[in-house]
Formats: sequence, structure tokens, C-alpha cells
Amino acid sequence: MEKRVVFRSAWLPYALLAPQIAVTVVFFFWPAAQAVWFSFQLQDAFGLRTEFVGLQNFAALFADERYLQSFGTTALFSVMVAFWGIAISLVLAAMADRVIRGALAYKTLLIWPYAVAPAVAGVLWAFLFAPSIGIVTYFLKRAGVDWNWIIHGDQAMLLVIVASVWKQISYNFLFFLAGLQSIPRSLIEAAAIDGAGPARRFWTIVFPLLSPTTFFLLVVNVVYAFFDTFGVIDATTQGGPAQATQILVYKVYNDGVKAADLGGSSAQSVILMFIVIALTVAQFRFVERKVQY
Amino acid sequence: MRIPKLVAALAAAVLFTPAAQAQTEIQFWHSMGGALGEAVNNLAGKFNASQNEYKVVPVFKGTYPVSMTAAIAAFRAGNAPHVLQVFEVGTATMMAAKGAVVPVAKLMADAKEPFEPKAYLPTVAGYYTDLKGNMLSFPFNSSTVMFYINHEAFKKAGLEPKAPKTWKELIAAGEKLKAAGQQCVYTTSWPSWMHIENFSAWHNVPIGTKQNGMGGFDAQFSVNSPLHVRHVAMLGDMSKKGLFTYAGRTNQGDAKFASGECAMASASAGAQATFRKNPKLDWSINFIPYHDDVKGAPQNSIIGGASLWVMGGKKPQEYRGVAKFFAFLSKPDVQMDWHTSTGYVPITLASYELTRKSGFYDRNPGADMPVRQLTNKAPTANSKGLRFGNFVQGREVIEEEMEAVFAGKKDAKTALDDAVKRGNEILAKFQAANR
Amino acid sequence: MVENRPYLTALSHAILILGVLAVAFPLYVTFVASTLTLEQIMAVPMPLVPGDQLIENYSQVLAAGSRKGSAAPVSAMLFNSLVMALAIALGKIAISIIASFAIVYFRFPLRSFFFWMIFVTLMLPVEVRIIPTFKVVSDLGMLNSYVGLTLPLIASATATFLFRQFFLTVPDELTEAARIDGAGPMRFFLDVVLPLSKTSIAALFVIQFIYGWNQYLWPLLITSEESMYTVVIGINRMIVGGDAANEWNLVMATAILALIPPALVVMLMQRWFVKGLVETEK
Repeated sequence: MEKRVVFRSAWLPYALLAPQIAVTVVFFFWPAAQAVWFSFQLQDAFGLRTEFVGLQNFAALFADERYLQSFGTTALFSVMVAFWGIAISLVLAAMADRVIRGALAYKTLLIWPYAVAPAVAGVLWAFLFAPSIGIVTYFLKRAGVDWNWIIHGDQAMLLVIVASVWKQISYNFLFFLAGLQSIPRSLIEAAAIDGAGPARRFWTIVFPLLSPTTFFLLVVNVVYAFFDTFGVIDATTQGGPAQATQILVYKVYNDGVKAADLGGSSAQSVILMFIVIALTVAQFRFVERKVQY
Repeated sequence: MRIPKLVAALAAAVLFTPAAQAQTEIQFWHSMGGALGEAVNNLAGKFNASQNEYKVVPVFKGTYPVSMTAAIAAFRAGNAPHVLQVFEVGTATMMAAKGAVVPVAKLMADAKEPFEPKAYLPTVAGYYTDLKGNMLSFPFNSSTVMFYINHEAFKKAGLEPKAPKTWKELIAAGEKLKAAGQQCVYTTSWPSWMHIENFSAWHNVPIGTKQNGMGGFDAQFSVNSPLHVRHVAMLGDMSKKGLFTYAGRTNQGDAKFASGECAMASASAGAQATFRKNPKLDWSINFIPYHDDVKGAPQNSIIGGASLWVMGGKKPQEYRGVAKFFAFLSKPDVQMDWHTSTGYVPITLASYELTRKSGFYDRNPGADMPVRQLTNKAPTANSKGLRFGNFVQGREVIEEEMEAVFAGKKDAKTALDDAVKRGNEILAKFQAANR
Repeated sequence: MVENRPYLTALSHAILILGVLAVAFPLYVTFVASTLTLEQIMAVPMPLVPGDQLIENYSQVLAAGSRKGSAAPVSAMLFNSLVMALAIALGKIAISIIASFAIVYFRFPLRSFFFWMIFVTLMLPVEVRIIPTFKVVSDLGMLNSYVGLTLPLIASATATFLFRQFFLTVPDELTEAARIDGAGPMRFFLDVVLPLSKTSIAALFVIQFIYGWNQYLWPLLITSEESMYTVVIGINRMIVGGDAANEWNLVMATAILALIPPALVVMLMQRWFVKGLVETEK
């Protein structure tokens, strides 16, 4: 899309762009280039000795069971977070679309978790589920469940999924509500006149019309699960127990910062970069194309 | 419009970075939070007051891994601190960084400060000394793992409030405690430190080749020996029977014991400070248990904690200040103060004697147990300590495999074999990067 | 609603109320915990009605932080978070709006190139370039400073795109009228474009303020001195605390303090926020 009427100036546009480009180059491109560079090196912690080793770091990664396991963990985590986040918020949005009274109140009460930092969400849920003192743990134990997420990896995974989904419900809810409210009433009324009940109307008309929103949210939720949940994991399980919650982005941090393994961590960063690029391209090609200006 | 003013104020807040005051300052980065941090500030304050050429500035930089990362980055950017507190598992990394660190022995010799390596407790200093006898870093806060029991829980189960000495006795006591309704019978903090590293030293078996890594970077792990397998299998069995409650990889076990939830716990000597805070807790500190059918057990335990490393690239004048600070820290009365207020062990024989003469151990029975356990016997090649490259990752690997055993997912032999295999890969990587 | 089905309406309300409760439950427990003493929390199960330690806990935490792990006073941390959130929000808006104005309203060589350059940053979230960005900031001496906390996060593709989309809907007639009046581009920007963009700016402010306030990984990496902790990091540092049990009542009080400002911003500016959020991404 272009503007018909424009200005011409030899220097002004560059001046206006300069701050953004400067920050972008210094803090985005330069480090990204360094990440690629480091991924080809083997270094000691202090950088006193560096050795160019080509693709050795990448080969080592793909030969490492732990790294491949991290892919699986990340995949499972993202699918669960995206699925439950979308499903629950879709139900809530559909209900909120139906009711006239109290709609604004419900909306306000459901969107405030957006303001909560993922790390804080993690802390809140970790407190509820703490093996010794958690209030939910207490009820689980009374129901006979052996709850101790410090030992049981799948319980730890459940904890971070719950915390992550909880936080994301408000965001998804808003989009679904907006999407629902933009569906022409005439379509729904026509179907009702034809005798379709609410459930049928939902699945045959509403849900298909919501598909751009759903797809968009799918991509956003997956990206959220890949990256923004770092805070949740660091504040609760730190990738444990036994790497059960070690998603890819957490492994990059762990290996780079805690273990000072610059080469391996950078190689992982490069691989993550490719994944992000794929996801972003998917988002823009399949979603943004549908929007008309 | 008010907005430009707001923007200006914000710009000022963002761009204004307080300038550092220049002096013969010694930057000391540490990871002692809370009450321990105050103790460090006291030490520095006393040193600064005792002379006026140098000023030690302690800065709390977060936990050990965070602080070390920050220091490494600072070193790469040319502004590392003078003194850095590094945890024991980072020793190999620091040692390998020739040019980035200055060995303590060299520092003291260059500054002509009197320095007698033999005055330091062998198990303590040995961890941070190279094979030629040169001390590389200054032992600052050393602890060891101890065994604590809850007297009230024991009495309730009809047991004498005396700590079991062997693992057999511990299991027997555990069963009685469980029968009397105790939810958690035994837990541990720092599982690898207690059940692999100290376990090996206490039973005089190696953790790895080349004298536990002190002889070279090409060491390999040997924690999958039959004795290790037997011990971890025992723990897995105890876990299944409810006689062992796994609390996590760090000091999470301390809280479980302090609250009375667990009747027995192995934890750092430094945990005493936490336990003392709960006046209702009736506890005692003891030697860690051993297997009485192993020849040579009990040997001696090894230290944990951290030491002070001197970073390279500073001026001779500043190094003289650091040397004076270390000399100050070695004084018996200073050591006694530090030891009695924190629970960390005294590092010189003289300070140990001074503390004993002052009656502190009479007033606080058990406070000398850590030192006694460390000096139980003269250290052998298996019990001087350990020095493995990238041991932060190495320890995590060991703990992961142990967690699999406790959760009932793997048997002990497979887990420890895997631990050795993965651990050796990490060692190989370290060796390659530090050729 | 098409037909009147009271049963379904009642069900809808029930589900919504359930949803609201489920969403609010962790917050409620957290609030209760922040009003208890540590002993009350450690005694399982903890009470589910608020206790009486509200003033004690909050004043303790604001003045002196937790006694065990990090001892930084939370009031200082709240200030740091505020500076960070405001600087990021205002900074992003400022540099994105002028960059976007340049891209949309000018023709100049390399225009597409710069546009794609900004676009590409969407594919480089900080998590993907953690260590090298840390190294760059460290080399520039910006660790443990407000500049280091905020400057690297100020370039944003989403803000630029939002403005671009909005500018494209501004009628060309306005631009023509301005040129006929002899106004230069900056005059046009200040007098016409900026006032029209008020809603977008407000929406973006909410989103970016929350983004800045809730930053975790970045402050975690570059602050190692207590005086520079933000409140979100402060909570983390209180828990991952060395040699002693966590003071949960204080941690929870800090958590509540940490979420009040962004929650207030969201609730008070709800209308702009929702509008901006839904329209940004589309």
C-alpha cells in the first residue's frame, strides 16, 4: 500500500529513521551476527582461547539426546498451552457474547491477567502447588494424589502448562470476543430461522468464520509458549526435574549463562532463529494476507 | 504542555548513571545474601577501619552462577572485579583461565605478605591447591555436609535421641519413625554433594580418575562403581518405601527439617543458622552415616562452599591491597568471628584452637562437628576434594540421573552408567576448549 | 442473541462466573498469603481468609525486602520497574512513530530496505540472541544501568507497523491541504498526524507499559546489583534464595505489589487497550 501524496526531502526521512535503525543494528543485528559467529567456535569460559570448529557444535547438538528431548518437550508444551489456551478462552468468549447483562464486568474481570508477568504467574501457581505448603497440594493429597512436582516430571510440566495457560486466557479471550462480535447477525438469524439450534449454529457458521482469528491465535500462542514462558519456567521448575520442563529457549539460557557454554548455546540460538523465522513467515503469509486495508 | 517536562525528567533518569568514586578500591563481588551478606560487610568494614590505604567494597552480585557470568562478561569487557567469590564447582573453570586469574600463592609472594600454607586446615586448603602445593584461591566460606536429627520425633517413636551411625541403623530408625506416624523420615539437601561426592570421600573411593581430577583435565568419572550403585539403589528403594523424601537439588531439604516435617536430614553445616532460628526445634548435628562393611570408612568429608579468586589485569598497588585483605582474613580472631557467626568452618588451625579455647564449643555443643568430620582422618587421594571441568553441568547430570532413580524410572546401575557417560562428554568438551 | 433460551443464558452466566473464579483464585490466595505470618502459611493448610499482617508485611517488604534472599527494598524495585516501563513505552512510541512517518510519507532511496530491516527484527526476539546481546551491552558498559535496561528494548517492529497501518488510513486530502498551505513535513506531522494518532498512541502505551513492566529475561541478565532490580526480578531473587526457607508471606506481598500497577493500567485504560490490541495484530 502506498500513499499518493508524499513529501520529498534529501535528509529528513533518514534522520527520522535513524534512532530506530541505530538501535536495531546495535542491539539486534550485531548480536545476532555474533550468535552465528560464536556457534562456529569452541571457547573456554573467559574467551581466552577460541577455536573455529565449523559445524561441530551443531553436530554435537543433534547427537545429544538431551537436546532432541528438548524439542519434544517444547513441542508438547506448546501444543498443550496453545490448545487449552484457545479452547478455554473460546468457550468463555462464546458465553460472554451471549450475555447482555454484566458483559462489561465479565470482560474486565477476565482480562486483567494480561497484566501479570509470566514470571509472577509462575510464582503464584508454584505457591498454590508447592509440595509441602501449597493449598491445592493439600486438597490433592486428601484426594489421594501423590503430588510432588519436584520429583515427578509430568507434574512439573502440568504446573507450568497451567500457569502459562492461565496467563494467556485473557489475550485469547479478547480476540475471540472481537471476532465473534464482528460476525454479521444476519447470518446467525438466517440459520435460526432455518431451525438450527445454538450448538449447530456455532459449529457450522460461527466456528468456520472465526478461523482466521483461531489460526492467528494459534501462531501467537505457539510463539508465546516458545519464548514468553521463559519467566514461568525460570521462576518455578528451572527446566527440571530431570529436564522435564526444559524447553528450547530455557536450554539456551541454561547452557549459556549457568554453564558458560558459549558455542553450544549460540548454536541453539541459531536453530531457534530459524524456527522463529518459519513461524513469523507463517503468520504473515497466511494471516495478514487476508486482511484488507 | 506537561509532557516535554516529563520526557525531560525521564531522559535525565535514564541517562544519568551514577559515576563511581575512584580510590585505591578493591572491588569484591560475592554471593552472600541476607544475614551472610551483612557478615561480609562487617568483615570488609573492619578491614577498612584497620588501615587507610585500601578500601574493600563488597558487592552482592546474586547467586554463584549469576555472579560468575557477570564477572566473566566484565572480564571480557576489561572491567572485572579484583576479588570474586566462586563456588567450589567452578574451581576447574577458574583454574584453567590462566591469565584471567592470579594464584593466591603468587599474589602473597609478590606482595611480600607472610603466608604459610601449612597453617590452613589440609582438607580445606587442599581443595584449592594445585598438585605442586601452590594455593590457587583463598578458602573463604567452607562448609561440609552434616547429618541432623530431630530429637522430638525420635522420642515420639520410642527411640533414643541418638543419631544412627550407619545406613543400616538409619533405615531401622526410619522404619520406627514411619510407624510412629512421621510423614517424612529422611531428606537431603544438595543430593550430589552428599550422596556422590561426599559419599565417595567418606568411604575412601574415587569420584573420578586422576585424583578426582586434580591431576589433569583428562579425568573421567568413576561414580558407577558397585558401591555407588548399591548406595543409590538403596536410596531409590528407600524412596519407594517412603523412607526418603527427595526435596530438590539445592538446599530445599533445610526447610523440611527446620519445619519439623522431616525427622532426619543431611544438609550443609551452614544450615545450622536456619535451624537455630526455630526455638521449638530440638535438634543435634552429627557425622554423616556410612556403610560399615566398607573398609576404610569413615574417612573424612570434603568441603563445599566457595573461595575467593583474584582476577588478572590489575595494578600491583591494588594487588598489594588484596594481599593485605587476605592476610587480615586469615587472622585467628577474624576467622573465629566469621566461623562462630556463620557456621562456616574456620580455615586455619590457629583459629580452630582459638575458638576451642574461648569455650564456644562448650557453649554450643556440636558446633565443632564440621571441623572434626573434615579432619576425621588424614586425607587420601580420594578425599582431598575434586576438580572437574564444567562441573556445574556435571553435577546437574548426576542429579538428573539420581532423580530418575528416585522417581522409579531407572534402576541405579543404568542411571549411574548414563551419568558417567554424559559426565565424561562434558569433561571432554572442557578439555578440548582449554587445551 | 437470536432466540430466548433462559436455560442457556443461565448456563452461560454459570460458565463465565466459573471462569472468573478460576482466573481470580490464584490472586485471591496470593493476597491472603500476603496478609499472614510465615508460620500461618507453613502450617498446612493455610487459612483461606485474610489475616491481620497486611500492614506489617507490606511495610516490611517496601522498606527492607525479604530478610533471607535479596534484601533490596521493594519500593526501590518498584521505582526501577516504573522507570523501565515508562522509558520503554515512551521511547518505543517516540522512535516508532517518527520512523513510521518517514516510511509512509516519504519516497527515498533504500526505503524498502529500511522497512524490511525493521520487519526482520520481529524474527529476533531477545531469547534468540541472549548471550551476544548481553555481551554487547556489557562491552558498552551499560550493565546495571537504566540505559542498559531500556535502550535495547526500544526498537520495536510492532509499534512501527501499528503506526504504519494507521497512517495509511489517514486521507490523502489532509496531506494535500497541508502542502497547499505551505506546511513542511514536520509541521504536518506535529499539527495533523500526531493529534490524529492519539488513540493509537494510547493503546500502544498500555501494551508497551505492560511489556516493559513485565520484562523478565532481560533484566535478569543484565542486573546483578540489588539497587537495579526490577520488582519482577526481585520476586525471583527472593525465592531462589541461598541458605534459608522462603518467606512466602513477603514474597506474596511483593507479587501483589508487582501486579498492581500494570493491572491498574489495563483496567483504567481498558477501552483503548482492547481497541489497540485487537487492531494492532490484524
